[in-house]
Amino acid sequence: MEQILVNGLYLGAQYALIALGLTLIFSLMNVLNFAHGQMYVFGGFVTYTVVAQLGLPFIVGLLLSAVVLGVMGALIEKFLFRPVIARSKREESTMLLAAGIAFFLDAVILLLFGEKQRGIPKIVDGVFNWDFRIVIPYDRILIFVLAISAIVAFIMYMQYSKTGRAMRALAQDRVAAELMGVDVKYYSMIGFALGAMLAGLVGGLLVSITGINLGMGGPASIKAFMMIMIGGAGVISGAIAGGFILGMMESVGLTLLAVYGDITYLVIFVMLMIFLSIRPQGLMGKPWG
Amino acid sequence: MNTKKWLLTLVFLLIVLVGVPWAINASGRWDFYYTLTSVALLSIASAGVWLTFYIGRINIGQGAYTLIGGYASAILVTQLGVNFWLTLPLAGLACAIISVFIGLPILRLRGVYFAMVTLVLTEVARLTALALPITNGAKGIVSIPLPAELSLFGLTIIPDFATLENPKLAFYIAAVIMMVLCYAALYRIVNSRLGHLCRSLQQNEELSASIGVNTAYLRVIAYSISSFMGGVAGASFVSISQSIYPSTFQVVDSVNFMLNCFLGGLGYVLGPMLGTLMLYFGWDLLFTMGKYQLLIYSSLIILLIVLLPNGILSLPLFNKRGGGPK
Repeated sequence: MEQILVNGLYLGAQYALIALGLTLIFSLMNVLNFAHGQMYVFGGFVTYTVVAQLGLPFIVGLLLSAVVLGVMGALIEKFLFRPVIARSKREESTMLLAAGIAFFLDAVILLLFGEKQRGIPKIVDGVFNWDFRIVIPYDRILIFVLAISAIVAFIMYMQYSKTGRAMRALAQDRVAAELMGVDVKYYSMIGFALGAMLAGLVGGLLVSITGINLGMGGPASIKAFMMIMIGGAGVISGAIAGGFILGMMESVGLTLLAVYGDITYLVIFVMLMIFLSIRPQGLMGKPWG
Repeated sequence: MNTKKWLLTLVFLLIVLVGVPWAINASGRWDFYYTLTSVALLSIASAGVWLTFYIGRINIGQGAYTLIGGYASAILVTQLGVNFWLTLPLAGLACAIISVFIGLPILRLRGVYFAMVTLVLTEVARLTALALPITNGAKGIVSIPLPAELSLFGLTIIPDFATLENPKLAFYIAAVIMMVLCYAALYRIVNSRLGHLCRSLQQNEELSASIGVNTAYLRVIAYSISSFMGGVAGASFVSISQSIYPSTFQVVDSVNFMLNCFLGGLGYVLGPMLGTLMLYFGWDLLFTMGKYQLLIYSSLIILLIVLLPNGILSLPLFNKRGGGPK
């Protein structure tokens, strides 16, 4: 049982980090970023290239992933989303753009990195073993700690920095924020870049454990959507809660439901549907946010 | 409908039923039959998605209904020996009934919440198909027979496809006729009282509820019509490929149905048809590009949406008289 809980926490920390980026982009711009999973895969491949092919330390790869994805996010916002949002009659048009970007990133990843499964050598060797009740490799603990500290850093940044305050104002009320002198365009770009950066960071973290391949993008996006539905779209605490809940459910489900075959996700989906019909805005979301 | 529109419809029918087969015969590109048949069928499913857009909901779950429809038809044909042409409306009905039960709770959601839940729905359908015994899991249902003869009082209405010398052409004609019927129905719905009510939902749900429109009922009606179209499209698609797997329709397909609507234009009945033609045919034509296929394809989509955020049919070329071809 302890093992299941630990696995759930470990998964949840990574999931929460993915969901944070998605929910940030959503809350700032009302854009459902279909390409989030692809951004995450891209981040993983950047770390792989830096660590496995150039032979640089893991932390350099991680930082580079974050930087590359951040720049990519900023460019995507400035040159693609901004003009489309300004000109389209219905807000939903951004979904087509996001899906187009998802396809585009898939194509770029395919051409740059190929379709093989890639991984990097273990960063730390050894296994933590507590009386065979909890067995967890040290590198997973390291990744867990890194993920948690990234989440904490993100929350601190949103809470106490000027940029964070501006972005929270933007998420609350775009027009009011603009009237109060917040540079809406600039902070939208920063927000999108930050969201993409988080995706890249998770990709970099995960490549050291599970490796990465081209096909992981789509399913990762779906999981991220589920997390922000559980927690409530556009709310930071909701994204974190959703990530940990999904991680825990997955971990528990894979153990308990294994005898019935591969139905964990089916059960989670059905539970989610029932949950949403009772509480449509998720745990912490604003109604119709 | 005025005379001009009837004439345009007639010209369109002549082109697709006589012109296209002639052109294919002349050029010898027989594979285009399959492509164009797929376009016709997928555009039926996209028409359903378009109808949910019409009530202001972003539907990324049509893949679930095409899958359900496909399995319903495949099971009826292979295990109960029902005639394929009979299973077509049955598959649609099955989807419509299921969609009422799914729609009642989830149609209360709006905006991205509804979009995300329907996206998840596609995944649910795929996983259910994998887990249920009747769908035969990952192995799927294969070697489904071609559509059998349909006769009424001894009179052959549709001949047995297996005895035809060119079943591809037959499938093409059948698909096109279905597509035309579907869009005629869609046009009729949009220009009826139901359509006007749906439009009021799209603009402001609270307001229309406050003046006495039964919004919950309308939403479910529109959603079940949409799912009916998805089911019919899925069932016919399965009979062409003669096989169905849980992965026949997945999230990507659901997203594509939605993209078709966006690309054609959400404000125009013919939008999804044009969008499907462009996306599917375009993808097929780009096949010669080899490994750059996806790159060029996605760049074109991005370019289109940046240049024409309201869809291709929003070009002034199509809107001379103003208001659009509604």
